[in-house]
Amino acid sequence: MMKTIRIGAGAGYSGDRIEPAVELAEKGAIDYLVFECLAERTIALAQQDRMKDPGAGYDPLLAARMRAVLPICARNGVKIVTNMGAANPAAAAQATRVIAREFGLKGLKVATVTGDDVFTYLRVSDVALDNGKTIAAMGNSVVSANAYIGAAPIAEALKGGADVVITGRAGDPALFLAPLIAEFGWAMDDWTMLGRGTLAGHLLECAGQVTGGYFADPGMKDIPDLARLGFPIGEVREDGDVVITKVKGSGGAVTARTVKEQLLYEVHDPSAYLQPDVAADFSHVRVEEVEPDRVRVTGGEGAPKTGLLKVSVGYVDSCVGEGQISYAGRNAVARARLALDIVRERLALTGVRMTETRFDLIGIDALHREASSHDGEPYEARVRVVGRTENLADARRIGEEVETLYTNGPAGGGGVWKSAREVVAVASALIPEAAVRTHVAIEEA
Amino acid sequence: MRLRQIAHSRAGDKGDASNISVVAYDPKDYPLLIERVTVERVAEHFRHLATGAIRRYELPNIAALNFVIEGALAGGVTRALTLDAHGKSLSSLMLELEI
Repeated sequence: MMKTIRIGAGAGYSGDRIEPAVELAEKGAIDYLVFECLAERTIALAQQDRMKDPGAGYDPLLAARMRAVLPICARNGVKIVTNMGAANPAAAAQATRVIAREFGLKGLKVATVTGDDVFTYLRVSDVALDNGKTIAAMGNSVVSANAYIGAAPIAEALKGGADVVITGRAGDPALFLAPLIAEFGWAMDDWTMLGRGTLAGHLLECAGQVTGGYFADPGMKDIPDLARLGFPIGEVREDGDVVITKVKGSGGAVTARTVKEQLLYEVHDPSAYLQPDVAADFSHVRVEEVEPDRVRVTGGEGAPKTGLLKVSVGYVDSCVGEGQISYAGRNAVARARLALDIVRERLALTGVRMTETRFDLIGIDALHREASSHDGEPYEARVRVVGRTENLADARRIGEEVETLYTNGPAGGGGVWKSAREVVAVASALIPEAAVRTHVAIEEA
Repeated sequence: MRLRQIAHSRAGDKGDASNISVVAYDPKDYPLLIERVTVERVAEHFRHLATGAIRRYELPNIAALNFVIEGALAGGVTRALTLDAHGKSLSSLMLELEI
């Protein structure tokens, strides 16, 4: 019989629900539990935290997640792979070992994979970012630069006996591909297998998004029990075919439709889904419902990797100020439009310097502008004024001008909300993989 | 007829580009998607929001199309001033397309 590995996805983003991961560890009969927790700019924000406190810079929910699942995973022999290390995998691993000892799990092997931080390399290179600038030209505004590393060092840690592997930036599917490489001994130039493993990882990486999350549309696409959404399990065979399923009795649904939507999520050319280890090809994939909540996915392929790694560069971009206020009842939209006009004029009169602005009516056109369709007058409308500024003082002025509508604006304005913040944005670049040296360290709790 | 009567959709973001899938509920309707949901129609439908090129990828095995719309996210999720900086709601706009 062909060997099969069961991998559970315990988080699809940094703030994701924790109980579904516990459910997987307890009842999923899984071999691996993977937590994918890094969005595009998460590491840049984490790096700012680390600059303030050398012990910080990893996922704020790491301790809560580890406390919830470590003892169960240790009991059931489930290994954990996660990118919750963010900007500080070493500190994340240290925190994990402390928690392991609290639960009497002395000897638990916790590994870190580092080397994704390429700030030092990029600072002296002339690599251009997708915003047209070089790092050198961006000077002190640059906060972080991290390469998306591949599955090999994670697999190495697992083969070295690690019970928990903590990384910083890695390709999201690589977190799932690594256990498959470690278990099945797939070669790093077996493009078909790496393509299929990447397909499985891609389907699982957003957790609940393949089990019915981000999918329901009442009357068109109904999904049961979303408040108790079960997270997915991928049963991956040695030949790379995968069945997507979930814990029996959990909420949500795994259907051909939920799988198809996730298959194309954040994909550009489906025949060339570029990852650090392989150019995966999803264009010939077939999706088949074999039983309720069991969907078989076959036909993944792969071509040689590009040899280039994507790098995300975090930088302090600008400041953004925002204010909102609501109007209701007959003529609400007319009063909301008058409010927008007043704020626009006030910001000009008082000399607030902005390089970009939006004057939206939430409920009318905030999401899709002129493309929004209008069937009848809505009961309420919410004004939203937002502008980009060079400094926080100017950013604050925007929300303040919206707030003054309370006593100076149209009738019946209520529910003011305002904010002013510094924006850390992300640009990207490609660098040769030879510029990145990964390092694996395994330490016992 | 609106596209939402025969297809479902999901939007994802990468930089300043949005990718929006269009999946036929019934694979029998795939030829209709190919015929009616063209790059030209989508460009017209998104003209107020998108500044860049639009590409369409065809996936006959799963009766789906995948659109990539450049310049649809007001600079990208990390700096856009838009209420929905990820452009997640663009899937709903796609399904409003009159076919």
